Amino acid sequence: MTSATVTGETSSPTIRPEEAAHFGKLAAEWWDPRGSSAMLHKLNPVRLAFIRSAIDTHWGTDVTIRAPLTGRTAIDVGCGAGLLCEPLARMGAKVTGVDAAAENIAAARHHAAGMRLDIDYHAGELSSLPEDTFDLVTSMEVIEHVADKRAFVRELVSRLAPGGLMILSTPNRTAASKLLLVDGAEMIGQVPRGTHDWDDFIVPEELGELLNDAGMEMGAPKGIAFTAMKGLHLSDDLKLNYIVTATRR
Amino acid sequence: MSGEIGTERRDVVILGGGLVGMTLAIALAELGITSHVLDAADPEAQMAAGFDGRASAISTASWNLFTNIGIADRLEKFGCPIDAIAVSDQLKPGELHFRPQPGEGSLGRMFANRQLRIALFDAAKERPEIAFHPKSRIVARERDAFGVAAIREDGARFEGSLLVAAEGRRSPTREEAGLTVAKWDYRHRALICGLTHEKPHGNVAWEIFYPAGPFALLPMLDDDQGRHRTALVWTVAEKDADAWLKLGERAFVAEAQKRMGGVLGEIALDGARTSFPLGFHHAPTIVADRLALVGDAAHGIHPIAGQGLNLGLRDAAALAEVLGDGMRLGLEPGDAQLLKRYQDWRALDDFSVALATDGLTWIFGVPGKTASMVRRAGMSAIEKFAPLKTFFMDEARGVSGALPALLQD
Repeated sequence: MTSATVTGETSSPTIRPEEAAHFGKLAAEWWDPRGSSAMLHKLNPVRLAFIRSAIDTHWGTDVTIRAPLTGRTAIDVGCGAGLLCEPLARMGAKVTGVDAAAENIAAARHHAAGMRLDIDYHAGELSSLPEDTFDLVTSMEVIEHVADKRAFVRELVSRLAPGGLMILSTPNRTAASKLLLVDGAEMIGQVPRGTHDWDDFIVPEELGELLNDAGMEMGAPKGIAFTAMKGLHLSDDLKLNYIVTATRR
Repeated sequence: MSGEIGTERRDVVILGGGLVGMTLAIALAELGITSHVLDAADPEAQMAAGFDGRASAISTASWNLFTNIGIADRLEKFGCPIDAIAVSDQLKPGELHFRPQPGEGSLGRMFANRQLRIALFDAAKERPEIAFHPKSRIVARERDAFGVAAIREDGARFEGSLLVAAEGRRSPTREEAGLTVAKWDYRHRALICGLTHEKPHGNVAWEIFYPAGPFALLPMLDDDQGRHRTALVWTVAEKDADAWLKLGERAFVAEAQKRMGGVLGEIALDGARTSFPLGFHHAPTIVADRLALVGDAAHGIHPIAGQGLNLGLRDAAALAEVLGDGMRLGLEPGDAQLLKRYQDWRALDDFSVALATDGLTWIFGVPGKTASMVRRAGMSAIEKFAPLKTFFMDEARGVSGALPALLQD
């Protein structure tokens, strides 16, 4: 990254050279498979397998091709440093990434440039974006951090183009997720401390209702489970974490 | 296959265009994954008749791979099927015969390495996904957060997402990456040569064990004059190897004849004798940041069970499948999660094959009468062990799913 500026609608300052170096370092941390985002890196192929299958089912694309999203637009809300945006771009989509933290967006831009990917990143709230809609709207592990979940879901739905596909993932609110995600994973350093507030977690039925109220139909949720033998994997066990599709009714 | 000095970025940069490296490139091409293949050697010389007399046993699984990547048709007519394996302790009575029941599949086929090489090169030439750069000496390798590069001595750069070391047992890329290798030098060499012989081999491979090491006779197709042919792999002590190579042809043939009895009738040498050192080496870790090892760069085993190339081909099939699956999901070939899957998948399989083969060598390497009896008892034990071995191998594969799809029917 040379003289990049953050062009999000929120008035983020122009990035100075020493800040560029800082974001480069931050990007390196985000993208280090052994670093503080290790868990997200492990999660990535698992949720991508769900996403790919949802894409092929929704648009009837050939399961073997490399770029099923060619000619489509996608937005990832709460994109962090672009762990999901980059695969979506490689799958052929014209991708927009948005994250409230300007630092994350700067790191994401730095990394996308290094990977020679053209991704449109915005720092700030979703509402601050130009009024575009997208064929694919994703928001992974975000809704559990949002205070007004109803408004957030409505906001996501307003960004969905006609005939579009939405995919959400979030931890379930169960004893297992409290033990493993909040207490366990944070304690052993797999997830940075303070990442999760269990009381803010949402169960699949609640999410289904929120989506329903926003005119959406939720697909059958799939669990993201963990066992010592298989690691993280897609499962019918929803206790820990789950991922769903949603389409307009 | 394009041959120009291409510096365009491709998905994978493969260092080493031997049997395993080239098979990997073709398997990747089948999945739409592009590669640079760099090799120091001159393919013209490598494919000339008499370049090396080596032959390889291609297992059923490896044959499935060749079928799935579209080169089996080219190879079919050069392969000699192995219908049975005879295992003998110094030609004493009580040899074991492994002959699969109809429907159990074949024990594999024998090929001259030269024919394999020609088929692979020809197939690679037709693929735009493969940029082959022969006579390319690599002087530097780079791996960083965003990609890899191999730099040739003339300064040309070859860039990609993932570097694959397929350079053979002394892989400089592996050494540079600091991936350690457990080595066991047998202080033995394999003498290799072709034989023509009086009696047909009946498509039987022989493994005759002597305290100095195994003596293997591998059936090859008759030559164009209808002469029966066999590839001999004769294990001798390191210190004696030179003497064996320098021994006059007549004396050498007489010594070989002595060790194989009348199994093939009168024999004659066919082509030059060569030798190479035997050793067991195994890298416990076969991946690093944006780097994967395949074939002999990752592990080499004593050739008595004919598994060396098959093991390398299994690496190629597993890596191709992992990368193909990953790229379908929008992950890039250098993704650490994909490399971890390759590592987990291959590690156990490699090591169990290596250990089993090594155990076999050890059993047959002990001199003396008692040892000989143990060996004969051992042979029936090996037979009894087979289901156990299969069980462990299946377990190893089960961890990550199954046998690579490319190795299946």
